[in-house]
Parts: sequence; C-alpha cells; structure tokens
Amino acid sequence: MADPQPGTGERRQSEQERRAYYRSKRGKNLAVLAALVGFAVLVYLVSIVRMGG
Amino acid sequence: MSDSAAEIGRGVAAAGAGRAGEAAVRDYIALLKPRVMSLVVFTGLAGLLVAPGSPHPLIAAVAILCIAIGAGAAGAINMWYDRDIDAVMSRTRGRPIPQGRVEPAEALAFGVVLSLFSVMLMGLAVNWTAAALLGLANAFYVFVYTLWLKRRTPQNIVIGGAAGAFPPMIGWAAVTGGLDLAPLVLFGIIFLWTPPHFWALALYRAGDYARAGVPMLPVVAGAEATRRQMLLYTLVLLPVAPLPALLGVAGAVYAGLALLLGLLFVACALDVLRARDERAPRRMFGFSILYLFLLFAALIVDRAPGLLPGLMG
Repeated sequence: MADPQPGTGERRQSEQERRAYYRSKRGKNLAVLAALVGFAVLVYLVSIVRMGG
Repeated sequence: MSDSAAEIGRGVAAAGAGRAGEAAVRDYIALLKPRVMSLVVFTGLAGLLVAPGSPHPLIAAVAILCIAIGAGAAGAINMWYDRDIDAVMSRTRGRPIPQGRVEPAEALAFGVVLSLFSVMLMGLAVNWTAAALLGLANAFYVFVYTLWLKRRTPQNIVIGGAAGAFPPMIGWAAVTGGLDLAPLVLFGIIFLWTPPHFWALALYRAGDYARAGVPMLPVVAGAEATRRQMLLYTLVLLPVAPLPALLGVAGAVYAGLALLLGLLFVACALDVLRARDERAPRRMFGFSILYLFLLFAALIVDRAPGLLPGLMG
C-alpha cells in the first residue's frame, strides 16, 4: 500500500533531529551563560579581596 | 604512529564527523578529562595546603580552579591532536571527537582558550609565578609530551610525566610566590610514580597501543623489560616518598604511611614481575591511583591541625 502522505516519516525524523539540535544548543548556551556570570562574580570578589589586602 | 593506523583513525573520525553539532555540555566536560583532572586538582591542593603561609580562602579557591581548568584545557588539546589514535584504541574510541560529537577544530579552540584563560586568571588573581608554572605545565604536556614524545619514544611517559607532576609546585607557588626544595620533592614523587602507573595500564592494553602505533614500553621492549623497569621505579620511589617529613612539611603520620604504601607498591611490582596474567598489572594500576591519593591525603591530614586556624582567618 502506498504511503498516504509521502515523506511524512522523513519530515518527522527531521523535526526530531531539529529539536535535539536546539535542545543541545540551548544546553550549551546556558552553560556559557553560567560560566560568564560566574567569571564576572569571581572577578568582582577577587577585586574586593585584593584591594582589601 | 604507523601510516595505516593513522589512516584508519582518520577514516573513523571522519565517519563520525557527520554528527557534529549534536555536542552536549557533557561532551565538553569529557574533553577536559575529568578523572585525570581530579587527581591533578588533589595534588595541587596538597601543595597549596602544605606551603608555609595562609592565603585568603577565595584566592586559594581561584588557584585550584585555575589548576583544574588548565589541566582540562591541556587534556582537550591532547584529544584534538590524538583523535586519529583515539579512534583506533578501544579505551578511547568513545571520546567526543572520534565519535563525531565535537569537531576537532572546536576542541582545539576550546582547549587553547581555556588554557590561556586559566594562566591569565592565575596571574591576575593569584600571582605570576604560579601562572608561569601553570603555563609551563600546559606547554610541556601539549608540546613535549603530546606532539613530540608520545608517538616517538617508549620513554614518552617518563619525560612527559613531568607535566602531571607540576600541580603541587603550582599550589605551593600560589601561596608563597616562589619555590623551595619541598615542592620539588613533591614533583619528584609524582614524576617517579608516573612510569609504573602508566606502564601497568600499558601492559594490559599493549594490543591497543600496538594497533595505534604508540611506542609504549611493553610494545617496543616487551612485557618482561617493562615489568623490571616498573619494579625499579617503585624501588627508587620508596625512599623518596617519605622525604617531605624530613623537610618539615609533613609529620610522622605521613612518613609512616609513605613507607607502608611504598612497600605495598613494590609488592605490587613484584607481583607483576612474577605473574604472567593480566590481573596483576590491572591490580597495580588500581593501586597506583590509591597510592597517590592516600599519600597526598596523608600530607594534607598531617598539616591539618596548623591549617584550620589559618584558613579560618
């Protein structure tokens, strides 16, 4: 029997791949954000300690 | 490395490259070799804690963070360069680059940026002696061990092992701003510990290394010569490990434990020399990690009574 909607399976697969890609990209973006915020806080605290010493 | 193994490695790495872009945060963490990093951080912490002086806890934490990032960065660059042999060896073929989850260029950039970042942060926040030592350790691991020695000589991990011995010196320099005989002895302990540790692994992974064309001692000189060399290093390490107690950076607890662990390490090497199966080197490899961990833990514990008031301010 012919596929009622040709290419449906492929579209679903590509949609899943797209979602997985954006999910991993989002995870990386959040990690970079955490690293940058952490660095800014660290520089702030180190500055206070160094100026205090 | 032989051309054919390199070709296979490049082929496998290229086959996986189609899935690049799926890299998750855990892949970047894997590039930092977290298990190696943990031992590096621990020995660096020991160097920092036994050094005379009491650094501000935040500065001490930044120094340890820099050692961790620097070690991880060197690991990432190592994975970038060794991606062809990693793809051939069963122990390493699951790494992010051979699996195609991280692009090689991305891993290189990641390693270089983190390496520079860790050295700069160490220099600005802690001091430039510690930063210079951290930079030297990273450069040694990447240029001397990874790029030059690893694929050329069976003495690769003897000389290259020096890179892994730097952390106690960096920790010490982070506190004092300089070096002394005691941190050099700590360097010597890890330097002498490295060959039997890695050769134990190489003995039961010799086939893997041979396939990849890495001239580890068991591949080039044979298992028997390797076993003798391992025993020799453990015998030399035996009287060196208790030296920090004589130099005044550790007490009797450390000296006693260093001697006991040293004797057990020698016993492991003798067991490897006698036994002809794979289990003895496996046991020795496991014990070698425990040895270094307990030795540096004893160093920290021995100094702990004097440390706590200093860290509390």
